[in-house]
Amino acid sequence: MAPQTPATATSDTLMSLQGITLAFGPKVIQKDISFNIKRGSIFAVMGGSGCGKSTVLKSMIGLLRPTAGHYLVDGEDYWTADPAHRQTVSRRFGVLFQSTALWSSLTVGENVALPMQMLTKMDPATVRSQVELKLGLVDMLHAIDQYPSELSGGMKKRAGLARAMALDPDILFFDEPSAGLDPITSARLDDLILNLRDGLGATIVIVSHELPSLFKIADDGIFLDAKTKTPIAHGAPSWLHDHCDEPQVHAFMHRERETESGRTD
Amino acid sequence: MNSTDRGQPEWSLQAGDNANVIVLSGDWIAQQGHVPAFPSDGLHQVRPNQPLTFSTDGLGRWDTGLIGFLWALKQGAAQAHLDMRAETLPDAARKLLDLLPDRPAPAPPLPRRHFAPLAAIGTVTIDSLTEIGTVTELGIETARGGVASVTGRGRMRLTDLMSNIRNAGPSALLIVSVVNFLVGAILAFVGAVQLRKFAADIYVASLVGIAMVREMSAVMTAIIMAGRTGGAYAARIATMQGNEEIDALTVFGIPVSSYIILPSILSLTATMPFLYLYGCLVGMLGGFTVAIGMLSVTGAGYFHQTLNAVALNQFVFGFIKSIFFAILIGLTSCRIGLQAGRSAADVGVAATRAVVVGIVGVIALDAIFAIIATTIGI
Repeated sequence: MAPQTPATATSDTLMSLQGITLAFGPKVIQKDISFNIKRGSIFAVMGGSGCGKSTVLKSMIGLLRPTAGHYLVDGEDYWTADPAHRQTVSRRFGVLFQSTALWSSLTVGENVALPMQMLTKMDPATVRSQVELKLGLVDMLHAIDQYPSELSGGMKKRAGLARAMALDPDILFFDEPSAGLDPITSARLDDLILNLRDGLGATIVIVSHELPSLFKIADDGIFLDAKTKTPIAHGAPSWLHDHCDEPQVHAFMHRERETESGRTD
Repeated sequence: MNSTDRGQPEWSLQAGDNANVIVLSGDWIAQQGHVPAFPSDGLHQVRPNQPLTFSTDGLGRWDTGLIGFLWALKQGAAQAHLDMRAETLPDAARKLLDLLPDRPAPAPPLPRRHFAPLAAIGTVTIDSLTEIGTVTELGIETARGGVASVTGRGRMRLTDLMSNIRNAGPSALLIVSVVNFLVGAILAFVGAVQLRKFAADIYVASLVGIAMVREMSAVMTAIIMAGRTGGAYAARIATMQGNEEIDALTVFGIPVSSYIILPSILSLTATMPFLYLYGCLVGMLGGFTVAIGMLSVTGAGYFHQTLNAVALNQFVFGFIKSIFFAILIGLTSCRIGLQAGRSAADVGVAATRAVVVGIVGVIALDAIFAIIATTIGI
């Protein structure tokens, strides 16, 4: 079973947050965040709305520098590394933003191709075949020449996922992947995430409060509390559901479960 | 709620032996504008230890106008420590009233603004210096990207450059033509009135030629481009900022300077000098049209006088000025777009700022060029 306190970093640990504090100016968002993410796992950052989940993710992908603490990727401190090295580490990241953040002036195909064209020495034919492969994996090949504004919410998410995989990252970050999707599309996205993890061997960090999705895919996780502005529980979502006595976590986990079972009953 | 008209909304308080009864009657529709407010002393006649109940037999149609009244009553009852029996209200009204607090939390006070002129001057100075530093850094980074692109190590995509050039160049031809033609014509009108007095009609050609080549074409074209293209760049980048598109570039490590700023500046730099030359030509054509129509000047005479008056170095100077104007407009508009906030209003603010800064910047830079020209004797 997953532990309730963060384990010490082992050789299995890919990423490690140690005493991280995040703040916008004087306003502290979260403090004393410590957890380890195992290689090949799906790690969930959970919590209610406004607790700072997306801010934690922003910091992990290099968009927000913490005011305290250390963020280690493969044992190296990400934020104290020189910018060029940090850039090399960032190349291992693939990010699916909450809003998908597809480049609106480019087609879906161009969105996936841009990172390859700008950052690699691939010839146009290889870029084209890679784009087709990545879009094929998420079943979006038919939309290769469409612009993001012409896509539905679910298609945008899949296109965003294809772009996140453009440079074959070994760490994928998903910010609220199921937000705004119907249950069937959301379930399909969950299956896709699991298949990608198994197929690509990637480590996945997922920010979400969609419990059905978290129970299905996450192996480990952390629960952030908005009131105390600090993590209050560690463990897999299903483990937290069954064993965590922390009132906030219990309410969060069970209220959703009860409603869900109420619906099925 | 029912559909029959029950008349004006009215209420009264009946303090009985067992309960204080609020009697509600009539239609309580907020948009009809007759809904009474609950007065702050509305509960002064109540019997203290009796509950507050409602009689709604005469109540007709109602909407949130009634709920607003009841909420004020609920707050008054809470203050007076009265037991309010909301269950005597219509079910829907009770549910809405339950959502509203007895004692609403007061809004946090707005931060006080102290009058601190020294701190304000300091802040403005530091902000201005920081901004100059940032724009310079951005300019250097973009120039490096430009050099790298020329030497084949760059990351700029040719398709982005070509589409930017198409937007900044051919698409702007019509407006550049109209404005410069009219400016040339206006200069000729103004000159004609004065020069005719001295029978020096032919010098209208010199006036229009020198004015267009030396100043007007470059400045007018730059102002058009600041308004048209600079504003568009700032709005586009600010929108990208709001959609997290810039964040996506940053995470991938795609330099914003190579992907956005360099094609923007290069396209302006590639098109504006030629738009300037084109503007000179069209402006002279405007002057020519007025001169032929109003003055006793022949076409050949006008052409000959223009050639005599305008030296080639004037064109070279205007051409170089246009390149600097292009860099200024490209750099400032991109920087303003990148600096923008993430709301829809911020996009508008960024576009406006880019146009204002672009126009003021072009005129200020032109003044510096005028001093340089005078110093080196052009």
